[in-house]
Amino acid sequence: MNRPDAGKAPIEEVNAPIRESAEDALSARSADIPEKTVGNITHADPVMVCRGVDVFYGDKQAIFGVDLDVGRHQVISMIGPSGCGKSTFLRCLNRMNDTIDIARVNGNIELDGKNIYASDVDVVPLRARVGMVFQKPNPFPKSIYENVAYGPRIHGLAKDKVELEEIVHTSLEKAGLLGEVKDRMDQPGTGLSGGQQQRLCIARAIAVSPEIILMDEPCSALDPIATAKIEDLIDELKQNYTIAIVTHSMQQAARVSQRTAYFHLGYLVEVDETDKIFTNPSHKLTEDYITGRFG
Amino acid sequence: MSTIVLVLAVLALGAFYLGRNRATALASGTTGGLRGLHSLPGHYGLYTALLCFLPAILLLFVWTLVEPSVITSKVISDLPAETQELGKDRLGLVVNDIRNAVDGNVAPGSLSPEVEAAAAQYQSLRNTSARLRTVFAVALALGGLAFGWRMINPDMRARNRVEGMVTAFLIACSMVAILTTLGIVLSVLFESIRFFQRVPATEFLFGTQWSPQTAIRADQVGSSGAFGAIPLFVGTMLIALIAMCVAAPIGLMSAIYLSEYAPRKVRAFAKPLLEILAGIPTVVYGFFAALTVAPAIRGWGESVGLSVASESALAAGLVMGIMIIPFVSSLSDDVINAVPQAMRDGAYGLGATKSETVKNVIIPAALPGIVGGLLLAVSRAIGETMIVVMAAGLAANLTWNPLEAVTTVTVQIVTLLTGDQEFDSAKTLAAFALGLVLFVVTLVLNVIALHVVRKYREQYE
Repeated sequence: MNRPDAGKAPIEEVNAPIRESAEDALSARSADIPEKTVGNITHADPVMVCRGVDVFYGDKQAIFGVDLDVGRHQVISMIGPSGCGKSTFLRCLNRMNDTIDIARVNGNIELDGKNIYASDVDVVPLRARVGMVFQKPNPFPKSIYENVAYGPRIHGLAKDKVELEEIVHTSLEKAGLLGEVKDRMDQPGTGLSGGQQQRLCIARAIAVSPEIILMDEPCSALDPIATAKIEDLIDELKQNYTIAIVTHSMQQAARVSQRTAYFHLGYLVEVDETDKIFTNPSHKLTEDYITGRFG
Repeated sequence: MSTIVLVLAVLALGAFYLGRNRATALASGTTGGLRGLHSLPGHYGLYTALLCFLPAILLLFVWTLVEPSVITSKVISDLPAETQELGKDRLGLVVNDIRNAVDGNVAPGSLSPEVEAAAAQYQSLRNTSARLRTVFAVALALGGLAFGWRMINPDMRARNRVEGMVTAFLIACSMVAILTTLGIVLSVLFESIRFFQRVPATEFLFGTQWSPQTAIRADQVGSSGAFGAIPLFVGTMLIALIAMCVAAPIGLMSAIYLSEYAPRKVRAFAKPLLEILAGIPTVVYGFFAALTVAPAIRGWGESVGLSVASESALAAGLVMGIMIIPFVSSLSDDVINAVPQAMRDGAYGLGATKSETVKNVIIPAALPGIVGGLLLAVSRAIGETMIVVMAAGLAANLTWNPLEAVTTVTVQIVTLLTGDQEFDSAKTLAAFALGLVLFVVTLVLNVIALHVVRKYREQYE
């Protein structure tokens, strides 16, 4: 019991190798990393526009001046070696980094033209618009129904019980889970299998009808069959939602995403159409990574 | 005595070096060098040292325990026949006289010549015994050393033997703790059985009249004693209830603040501060309750026209509650921190506010642990003594009114056993019965609490 902060382990990036100082990073940058992101950072119909995003954990800088557009109703994947800052960047998009005391974000991230780090922005509605699914399935210790109903409840999305039930059913259906759980909605969500739990978490995120869903390595704790189901689901969801996914699996990035961003040591090295990145990368670092020379 | 222990220690040190050197010397004779030995040379040294030290020190210990009774019986058997035929009690007095004479605790010339002679004999026997003890102990140590030294050969499994001895020592230490607890429980149990032979258990458990004063002599005016413990149980529960009403919300809320809301710096400062409360001796809480809180409550009560006893259950309960706050908050803090960060992330990711996350996700997830912590706190409140002795009073009122004086099980145990007592009256034995009840109740609470906490832990690990 004497582990005061055991449950609150900081997210992966805090422990990951972060540059000791900006000076080191600059020397590395001059060697390998391009001055300006290679490829095409813009998108014709962006839902989010990020410009000059820096993230600091205490004194250490984890993200260096990232510029990136997230296109509407498509999937953008973020790849890169461990500790490259892709998860940290993803967590900037719905201000999840606010929950870490020592994290600080500079720069501009606009959601439909409005900077989400502006002082008058409230994170509660923001996170309702930009939902998140995590690496490890994390259903609440409640029933399946309550897990999905939680978001609509706290945001007051349903007028009455009937409407709430409808939202829960639609969300579970969209997440492809309804058939498997409709007879045991009152059983604990933690009793489901790993893949089902993750789809429950996706249903939970969908239930508040977000515009964007952030997924932080959603399949890394799942077996191949469960992974395939989630990938199919992502493919369907992009009809109605914008999805940003962090993944360690390049095959997954190639399968599900339309654009791919390659991060390296906190810099966004290259971003382009997924086909282009995986068939004809422009930068050497990207090429080395996707051909498995490191990472 | 201390000299001989020192000598044994030096011998053991010597034995260690002798054993080690012999092992090294033997090793250089084998083909593999040091690798030819089964164990490291140090293990052979330790083996020799332990063989030298342990039997000798054990002998000293036993000797010291047995010596006085052996010498005493010898001295008694040499006393004149008429003295020996005195009753057991008076013979005991004579022996006491002899011991006092030996220790020089009496004025010279105040004793009869035969006692003085016996004292001289006692003294000389003791000297002989001390000399014999030294000789035997040193001989045993040297014998052990020689035996160990001879036993050393490259194939001997010295490491395993040393570790076996260490294990045996550790087992012996833990047996002391276990057997002592067992002894206490059994003694309380047997004394309680004696009590229940005099006072029926049903009267004790269900009677509503508590008045343990009994007449000691037949001609005394005094009550025959009433041992209905219900007023004590009610008083204990009342005070524990008041304490938990204070400690549970305050402790839980402060734990929530510390673990979820407090910035790192505030937490680093406030958590130890709160835990200092746990370090205040209960007797300090006791006079705080008796001298500050109780009069204050009485004053407030009078100002609104209520009659408050100067030793009220409320005062004792409030102060006890404050005493338990750090206990509750520290345990709750631990279980709240054990809720995985993923749960918080999940709620925050849906746009839940901090209070929604705490209320709907963290508290439900931590609830079993919190309940376990609260049960442990209750068992502490029930067993707490000093505060209630000083602040709750002695009157065994059967009441649920917190403004009246009540008494608790622990207070009555203290009262029954302080001062001169005869150990076979129902009055004194009642303390054991009360102790047994207290023991059973806290034991059951602790078992339930630990079970709940453990069950909860399995959920996440």
